[in-house]
Amino acid sequence: MNYRQIMKDGLWTQNVVLAQLLGMCPTMAVTTSGTNGLGMGLATTVVLVASNAIVAAIRDFVSHQVRIPVFIGLIATMVTLVDMSLNAWFHDLYKVLGLYIALIVANCAVLGRAEAFAARQPVVASALDGLWMGLGFTGALTAIGLVRELIGAGTLFSQAHLLLGPKFAFMEITVIPNYGGVLMMILPPAGFLVLGLLLATKRLYERHAARSADVVAQPAAAQTIGCH
Amino acid sequence: MSTLALWREKLGYQPLSLGIIAMITSAALAFGNHATHGDILKAEERDLQASLAQVLPEGFADNDLLKDTMKINGADGKPVTLYRARKAGAVTGTVFQVSSRGYAGEIVVLIGIDHEGKMLGARVIKHQETPGLGDKIDVAKSKWVLDFDGKSLESPPAEKWAVKKDGGAFDQFAGATITPRAVMKAVKGGLEFFAAHKQEILEGS
Repeated sequence: MNYRQIMKDGLWTQNVVLAQLLGMCPTMAVTTSGTNGLGMGLATTVVLVASNAIVAAIRDFVSHQVRIPVFIGLIATMVTLVDMSLNAWFHDLYKVLGLYIALIVANCAVLGRAEAFAARQPVVASALDGLWMGLGFTGALTAIGLVRELIGAGTLFSQAHLLLGPKFAFMEITVIPNYGGVLMMILPPAGFLVLGLLLATKRLYERHAARSADVVAQPAAAQTIGCH
Repeated sequence: MSTLALWREKLGYQPLSLGIIAMITSAALAFGNHATHGDILKAEERDLQASLAQVLPEGFADNDLLKDTMKINGADGKPVTLYRARKAGAVTGTVFQVSSRGYAGEIVVLIGIDHEGKMLGARVIKHQETPGLGDKIDVAKSKWVLDFDGKSLESPPAEKWAVKKDGGAFDQFAGATITPRAVMKAVKGGLEFFAAHKQEILEGS
């Protein structure tokens, strides 16, 4: 498996949200704004890289029968450690992100990558898979968040300076001043709505790309592991 | 590696490996907790100090509020922790938390009251109200909560302690009535609590 392929899979073909449809719980819960989506995505990426690397490092010692509890234990420990260190040493960031950190355990994309990739591949490839899968997840969450935020509140990346520091305040754009807001876009149903539209757009684009390349359109063979 | 592969299939290997992993992760957690515990407490103390400073005017106290606390049982029987502000030894005001049920769970409000029972400030420090509607009680989203500054049980009179929709003196905001009502109830409850225990708060140790 070459590294280019890993990158392409993570960002597009096997995108956690847009192809594998994993991690729906955090996807729906936090994408009320672009900043929230970005924050959740980045926190998940850190955990994904670390958990993939560790799982790959110990993969020969873990027998098939007990691998799931071992992986879950490792992931939960990692998330808790990230949570505690953020709280202690990056407290201002924690006040923004803290809400999401615990949710990462419930993101089965992390377990999914440990099981589907890291348990069979060397450490470097696994860490890279974690990185690109994480960034693909971040991209999808940010995109959903931005659409919901734009229609729901008329802004883009509001409060980004809380997440990224005061230097990034330039990202905060009020697209429509004095906008009344569309409440539904901020409530959970719009999460499904926007995700559905994004999925449809991705499929349309892929069909179009396949047709213009004159090859038979093949839907991406997503590995569905079966959780929310 | 082949020895490892043989070992891996033995029955004893499964519980043993699981046990070892559990021990390693527990040790990592214990170590992590030990390493971060002090700093987390310090960070939370800084948070508390920052929110205490928000509900008291600058220069209102010359003591360390976090070290001058007392506990009094509230109306519901639960102890309320009061932080007392002093100037030259005399209690000039107090800060404590009040809460009530909002539209989606508990709303916790931190309020500061001076020794005459007048509001110095109120800040919602925890809530789960609907984003875009009820979250206007958050000072970061709207200035609504600043309306409480300077109010007391006498001004406006008790029957005016309600949102305008209910014939009171306080604004509600479009689309949300339950949320401001809940904050109002919490703040009023806090003032009544102060009035009931005034003696104790101002003179007790």
